[in-house]
Amino acid sequence: MKICVTSIGNNLEAQVDQRFGRCLFFIIVDSETMQFKAIQNMAANNRGGAGVSSAQLILDEGVEVLITGNVGPNALGALQNSNIKIVTGASGNVKEAVERYLSGKGW
Amino acid sequence: MVISVASGKGGTGKTLVSVSLALSIEDEHVLLLDCDVEEPNTHIFIKAGFDLLKTVNVPVPRVNEALCVHCKKCAEFCKYKAILASKTTVTIFPDLCHGCGGCAIVCPVHAIDEEMHRIGRLMHGSTANIEVIYGELEISKPLAVPIIREVKRQISNDSLVIVDSPPGTSCPVIEAVKGSDFCVLVTEPTPFGFHDLTMMVEVLTQINIPFGVVINRADLGDERVWDFCKSKNIPILLTVPYERRIAVSYSKGVPMVVDMPEWKEKFKDLYKEIKRLLNK
Repeated sequence: MKICVTSIGNNLEAQVDQRFGRCLFFIIVDSETMQFKAIQNMAANNRGGAGVSSAQLILDEGVEVLITGNVGPNALGALQNSNIKIVTGASGNVKEAVERYLSGKGW
Repeated sequence: MVISVASGKGGTGKTLVSVSLALSIEDEHVLLLDCDVEEPNTHIFIKAGFDLLKTVNVPVPRVNEALCVHCKKCAEFCKYKAILASKTTVTIFPDLCHGCGGCAIVCPVHAIDEEMHRIGRLMHGSTANIEVIYGELEISKPLAVPIIREVKRQISNDSLVIVDSPPGTSCPVIEAVKGSDFCVLVTEPTPFGFHDLTMMVEVLTQINIPFGVVINRADLGDERVWDFCKSKNIPILLTVPYERRIAVSYSKGVPMVVDMPEWKEKFKDLYKEIKRLLNK
C-alpha cells in the first residue's frame, strides 16, 4: 500500500508537517517494505493553489492513504472525489506515523 | 485627464486626498473612481445615494464529463492550479481561476466551455458635479483586478477623472494607476511610509507615469521623505499637518475640505500644479 506522509524533512525520521498543501516534503512509503521516496513540494511557497497542486501530485503518484496534520479547504475539495483515504491530526516522525496508522491506533 | 492617487503604504491618506481634490474642483465635472475594491470607502465621504451599476463576472471553465478523455492537459496548463485532474474526474476551483480561457484552448476534445462566475459589483452615485463609481469585491473572492478593470472601463474622455488606488504595489495597484496622466503619491514621514513611497516611485518610473508627492501627517517622523524627494527631483505638491481635527472629522465621514473650507484653495492649487507640470 502506498502511504503519503507530509513531512518537514526528506527521510523517515523527519517530523510530520502539519500542513498538507504547503508541506515541505511528501514522503511516499511502501507499507510492505518501508521503502520510501521523498518529493520536495515545489508548491510550498506558491501564492495560491498549493492545496490543489499537492492533491494533483499525490493523485498522480497513486497514493492510497494520506497522513498529515490538516488539509485545507481547496485540497479537501480536490481529494474528496478521489479514493484516497485522508488521515489528519498526525504527529511524531514519518516512520512512527506510518506504524501507528498500520497498527490501527490512529490519533 | 486622469489623475490617480496611490501610496504604497495603506492608511497614508489616499482617500483623504482623492475626495478633497474632487470636492475642491468646483468648476469641472469630476469622475471619482474608487479602485480599492477590497475596502472601498470614497462613497462614505461623498453625500449621494448609491445604486448598483453592474455586477462583475469572470469566466470559469465548465467541463463536459461525457466528452472528457482525462488527458490532464487542462490541469497541466493551468498556472493557477484551478483545475485538478485525476484519472476519472476533473474538478474546477472557481476561486483560483483567473479566467484566461487557456484550458478550453488546450483541450483536444473541446470538452471545456466557460460559465460566468460573479466576483463583485460596481456601484454608482452622483452629486451636482461629482460622479462616484466604486468597485466592491465579494467577500471571500480573491480577484480584485477584474473589478478594477471594470471600474476603469467607465472612464469617459470628457471629464476629469480621479482614481483612488488600493494600497500596496502589486497587480491591483498597477491596474488602478495604469493609463493615468499623473499619479499623486500620498505618503507620511514614517519608516513604513518612506519605504513604500520608494517602492511606488520605482513602479511609476518603470511604467512611465509622471508623479508628485503629498506628505500627510507632515510633522511626524523624520526628514527622509523630504531628502529622498529632493535627491530624486520629485515635486512635493502639498503637505498636510498631523492634526486632530482632520482625524476627528474624517472619522465622522466629513472630508477635511468640508470641515475646513480654507483647504479647498490648497487642493485647487494642487490641481493647478499638476496641470502646470503636465503643461496642460
